[in-house]
Amino acid sequence: MANVQLIGIKKHFGGVKAVDGIDLEIKDGEFLALLGPSGSGKTTLMRLVAGLEEPTGGRIVIDGADVNDLAPRERGIAMVFQSYALYPHKTVFGNISFPLSVEKMPKAEMQKKAEWAAGLLGIGHLLDRMPSQISGGERQRVAIARALVRKPKVLLMDEPLSNLDAKVRHTAREELKLFQREINVTTIYVTHDQAEAMGLGDRIAVMHDGTIRQIGTPEAIYHDPANTFVAGFVGIPPMNFLEREGVVIGFRPEALLPAEAVPAEESMRLRFIVERVEDLGSHRLVYGTIGGTKVIANLFFRTPIAEGEERDFAVSNRDLRRFDLRTGERVRP
Amino acid sequence: MGNTLKKVIAQSWIYGALTPFIIFSAAPFYVMLVTMFKRSHDLFSPTNNPFFLNEPITLEHLDLLFNQTLYMKFLGNTFLVGTAVVVITVLLAVPAALSLSRLAGRWGESVGIGIFLTYLVPPTLLFIPLSRVVSLLGLQNSLWSLVIVYPTFTVPFCTWLMMSFFKSIPKDIEEQALVDGCSRTGAMVKILLPLSVPGIITVVVFAFTLVAHEYIYALAFIQDSAKKTIGIGMTTELVRGDVFYWGALMGGALLASIPVAVLYTIFLDRIISGMTMSGTKR
Amino acid sequence: MSTRRLFERETFLAPLLLSPVAVYMVLMVGFPFAMAFVYSFSNVTVGNPDFHMTGFGNFTAVLGDPVFRKSLLNTFIFTFISIGLVLILSNMLSELLTRQFRAKWLIRFLIMMPWTAPIALGTIGYLWFLDSVFSPLDWLLRTWGLLGKPHALLGPMSNMYWLGQPGLAMASVILVHVWRLLPLATMIRIAGMNSIPREIIEAAQVDGAGYYRRLFHIVLPLLLPVISVTVLFSTLFTFTDMTVVWVLTKGGPPDHSTQVLASFAFLKGIQGGDLAQGAAISLFFFPVLAGVAAVVLRIAKKAVVT
Repeated sequence: MANVQLIGIKKHFGGVKAVDGIDLEIKDGEFLALLGPSGSGKTTLMRLVAGLEEPTGGRIVIDGADVNDLAPRERGIAMVFQSYALYPHKTVFGNISFPLSVEKMPKAEMQKKAEWAAGLLGIGHLLDRMPSQISGGERQRVAIARALVRKPKVLLMDEPLSNLDAKVRHTAREELKLFQREINVTTIYVTHDQAEAMGLGDRIAVMHDGTIRQIGTPEAIYHDPANTFVAGFVGIPPMNFLEREGVVIGFRPEALLPAEAVPAEESMRLRFIVERVEDLGSHRLVYGTIGGTKVIANLFFRTPIAEGEERDFAVSNRDLRRFDLRTGERVRP
Repeated sequence: MGNTLKKVIAQSWIYGALTPFIIFSAAPFYVMLVTMFKRSHDLFSPTNNPFFLNEPITLEHLDLLFNQTLYMKFLGNTFLVGTAVVVITVLLAVPAALSLSRLAGRWGESVGIGIFLTYLVPPTLLFIPLSRVVSLLGLQNSLWSLVIVYPTFTVPFCTWLMMSFFKSIPKDIEEQALVDGCSRTGAMVKILLPLSVPGIITVVVFAFTLVAHEYIYALAFIQDSAKKTIGIGMTTELVRGDVFYWGALMGGALLASIPVAVLYTIFLDRIISGMTMSGTKR
Repeated sequence: MSTRRLFERETFLAPLLLSPVAVYMVLMVGFPFAMAFVYSFSNVTVGNPDFHMTGFGNFTAVLGDPVFRKSLLNTFIFTFISIGLVLILSNMLSELLTRQFRAKWLIRFLIMMPWTAPIALGTIGYLWFLDSVFSPLDWLLRTWGLLGKPHALLGPMSNMYWLGQPGLAMASVILVHVWRLLPLATMIRIAGMNSIPREIIEAAQVDGAGYYRRLFHIVLPLLLPVISVTVLFSTLFTFTDMTVVWVLTKGGPPDHSTQVLASFAFLKGIQGGDLAQGAAISLFFFPVLAGVAAVVLRIAKKAVVT
């Protein structure tokens, strides 16, 4: 276990700035989710920490030691790849024990540790199988067991759930969280799925174009976005934006309510033209325009509303966020 | 059962259409088989059917082949040269392919194509200068001349073959090994090489069969009867002026052809995919 | 930087692992290739250590040699007829071999054998087949009454003397070369056929295209790259080969009627010891080689771009 510091990290591929000057500190035992659209540089950032890419500039410090010049194997990290990268010619046991056998650990101790890691993930009965003979969910567990068997200082995970089908993915996410709390290893988790990032991360770092646009708890990211990018990227559907008096005003779809549901004195009144209503069971999404700008409202399923209707809506003042019109950065009143 | 029969009948036109091709391809080998067991009297009677045994079987030709000719020596020489060339080819081609497919960036692709182009240079364009190189090295009339020259055609193709093989192994697996505690070279030796064993076996078989097939360099560089490889040995030593030891010649040709053909056929698909990839994809 | 670190670096490891092949290829292919050019402009022979550049002397001598001109013509005849036959036959054969039938491995083995077995050994079978006295082919012709009778179609003599008559000898050499090359061309075409997505063929089937329409409008156009590569490689291979000629006829019947460029270069350069003229003769392969290489490069470039 250790903390990780990134100081001015850069990685340029020719003219492409995949990672463009990132400062970041990950605390001991913390679960940090790196969230961003594809091409935002999140996987490159993780590979830099792993030592699979050499930084163009900046320093990486793990547990107080500068690791810039260390090979991946010398950094005390473990990694779970998106594809799991199981060695196809080795059994499950051979896969899990491989990091130990590289260290030339005695057989008996290796056996004990591999069985411990397999037991932790509930795959003790699969040790003699080949990777081709087990299911996708089991493969993912083998990959995690292999990553943990050496008790790494830092665990890196690159979209480890994206190859699982939807049902398995949900339980796997739950287990992953429980299990990370249990062993309390510093974890960096790359994902493009905001539900995963919100559900798993102690903190989330939102990346875009090689830079971190905001870092904070899931609540802060969602409710206090630092800029229009984060506000627009996080949340399904994303935050609504309106231009008012030289600033951009943003509010979440669930904050846009029929006027009668919001106290009049502490709110902004809006004329909402309803175009389309999408019923999603527990709630309904209402698509329409306010002053010509497209917005979406997320309403409780019993709220009566009809397509083509024009109604007064309102957003409570505490749910309004202001952003600079030009830079998109948050403006604090 | 009835279904199977129906199928066979439905397919019978295919067999019918294939028969001329099979006869065309296999007839020389079939006649080799018949001839090697034919009594000389039967063999040299122009009125006797040459496609069947008209008299009881004889082993006299095989006896002549194995005991009174250099046939075994030719086979031994071929095997020796083949083994040496295979070792050299693997030692040269596998690291080069690793380098071009895994380590080198964009220039790997260009150098790979460059190496493939050298495979196109025909032996008949090189044999005259190479004969000088061989004699400068003092290797004329020595099996070593073949050992140093044959990799000129085995290495380019086998490098190309291994490159495509390495490319088919995901990069993730190698990087996983780096993270799991291997050095760069350790990851290659412990993970990449075991995974590429099928590719290496293909290279071994292909290089060996190419050596068994080679004719032109052997013809140009080797004159001593006892140092000849199978192809030139059979066509020069067992054909003396007008005296042909037909039975022995045919038997020897067939017996040496079969193992080479079987080996080649087993790996045919992989070898062919290596060849077509050269032109169509990648 | 320590040695251990050095081995972690791609920029160091990549050239290191490649260098043995690079050195070997430069020494054993690049250098001889350059030597072939130098030789062809010089007076070098095996016995003569004195070395002069003689300009285009060898080429004028070679071009003035009627045997060379005959070899050049023979090479073109040999190449064009062989490739044409191989192309037609391999298209037929691959259509058959991609169908479902029993004993496929055995049949495939037999059909592939001319390519998979060493060619010099296979050609020995043809030496017997085309023998001047005992030829099994002649026996068949005699049995069918086409040969050896006063008014037989092919003449009253008892043998055809396949390898003894100029026209027949050329036909024999071509026959054996086609025999040997057909399996390779067929396998390459089958590999190409397997790489066409089944969906495309099935879509055409659903669209109501019959067998011949599918073949000529879908399959063959998609196979065009593979077929052109086959033609290219087979042409280069046939144009520069001498094995079949050497084993069957050594360029004879005595009057060079089956002499090709490769065997003539061998005759002059290796057997005659005139390295300069031999090199000049084999340099006539260069335009063909350059043409094929250019096309391969173009295809490779296209593949990299897309």
